[in-house]
Amino acid sequence: MKINFEINGVVREIDAPPMKRLLDVLREDLCLTGTKEGCGEGECGACSVIVDGEVINSCLAPICQMQGANVLTVEGLSSDGRLDPLQQSFLECGAAQCGICTPGMLISARSLLDVNPRPTREEIRTAIAGNLCRCTGYIKIIDAIERTAADL
Amino acid sequence: MIYDPTVVAPTNLEEVYELLAERGRRAKIIAGGTDLMVGLNAKSLAAEEFIDIWRLNELRGIDDEGETIRIGALTTYTQLIRSPLIQLSVPALVEASRTIGAIQIQNRGTIGGNIVNASPAGDSLPVLLALDAEVEVGSIRGVRRVSFNNFYTGYRQTVMGPDEILLAARLRKSKPNERSFFLKVGTRRAQAISKVVMAVKVGTTGAEIKSISIALGSVAPVVIRAFQTESLLTNSILNATIIEQAKRTVSQEIAPITDVRSTEQYRRTVTGNALARILWRLM
Repeated sequence: MKINFEINGVVREIDAPPMKRLLDVLREDLCLTGTKEGCGEGECGACSVIVDGEVINSCLAPICQMQGANVLTVEGLSSDGRLDPLQQSFLECGAAQCGICTPGMLISARSLLDVNPRPTREEIRTAIAGNLCRCTGYIKIIDAIERTAADL
Repeated sequence: MIYDPTVVAPTNLEEVYELLAERGRRAKIIAGGTDLMVGLNAKSLAAEEFIDIWRLNELRGIDDEGETIRIGALTTYTQLIRSPLIQLSVPALVEASRTIGAIQIQNRGTIGGNIVNASPAGDSLPVLLALDAEVEVGSIRGVRRVSFNNFYTGYRQTVMGPDEILLAARLRKSKPNERSFFLKVGTRRAQAISKVVMAVKVGTTGAEIKSISIALGSVAPVVIRAFQTESLLTNSILNATIIEQAKRTVSQEIAPITDVRSTEQYRRTVTGNALARILWRLM
């Protein structure tokens, strides 16, 4: 099945089985391996991407539903070699340990700040409630998101 | 052989009706995919053909009908949470929606999916049951309305025929003397499948309970009403003694099992305590 969609600002056409997961299309067909697979059942958020402005689990979305969609992955956060302020803040706060959850955390945080530039810590916690960090580095992740918001 | 099912994406409801009339259960309907894709990924579910209704906007939306509110089957939890009408008239449904998965799931999961997936742990279902919901199902044979009380016939079984699709849920708005409550007990606040989930609608006159609906999930093969406890509490004035009686009655009239999430005894005790907590808030 031919699918046309916009990925990180570039229109792409791919040919894939209709029920192939968006996650697998990103990683295998488009070589965008920043998006990770954790649980494969919508629990961990490692595969989070933003589709048409809303964060979703790419392991639960078949590619056939992406016709004409606008998809943002962690690779699309930086532009012209400049990191997104969130990425810079994650670096400075030590908000990444093993790193597997980081792309999903960044995507959920980006999605939050896009609609709520000055979230409370509680709102940050709700926004990343669907993203598990098994290193349990949540405090620094929340600090990093809060600091980005404060710098805006 | 590589598993490669086909997908048809009808552009209107008539096409869906025709496809279902022809294929019946051989084809599976997919909407937001938050339950179905989990089954596919785990290989516990397979179909040769899928009918993709995600873009069928005629099944999406929340309509104020005066006495009732009609919620299209494809309405997502995020849309319910953000709806001023639902916030005002059915706050318990907003509370329930907030506890389903986390934002990623709320953006894709639909109320219709929760209903037809027919899990006894579906968190929006006790709200629909407590609020006397009615569901609308359609097929090439026409549209019919079914009381939500009679919708489930057994564990993961519904009254829907193989050619039918769920169109909407319809809720009666609360009257000024009615209040609704929602309470879920899970392992954590987000991403938890409930151990016990409860919705209660109470109508009072002064201190007296005139009507009460108590709906429970995860404590029986289907979501259930606690009819014995309801009769005990109807026309009563709440006090510590009757709350204790209600706790005992509700924990006896449910039929929970022991599974990976919890034990039977825990569920009986917690159901009683959860109901008591809601009743104390009424005093």
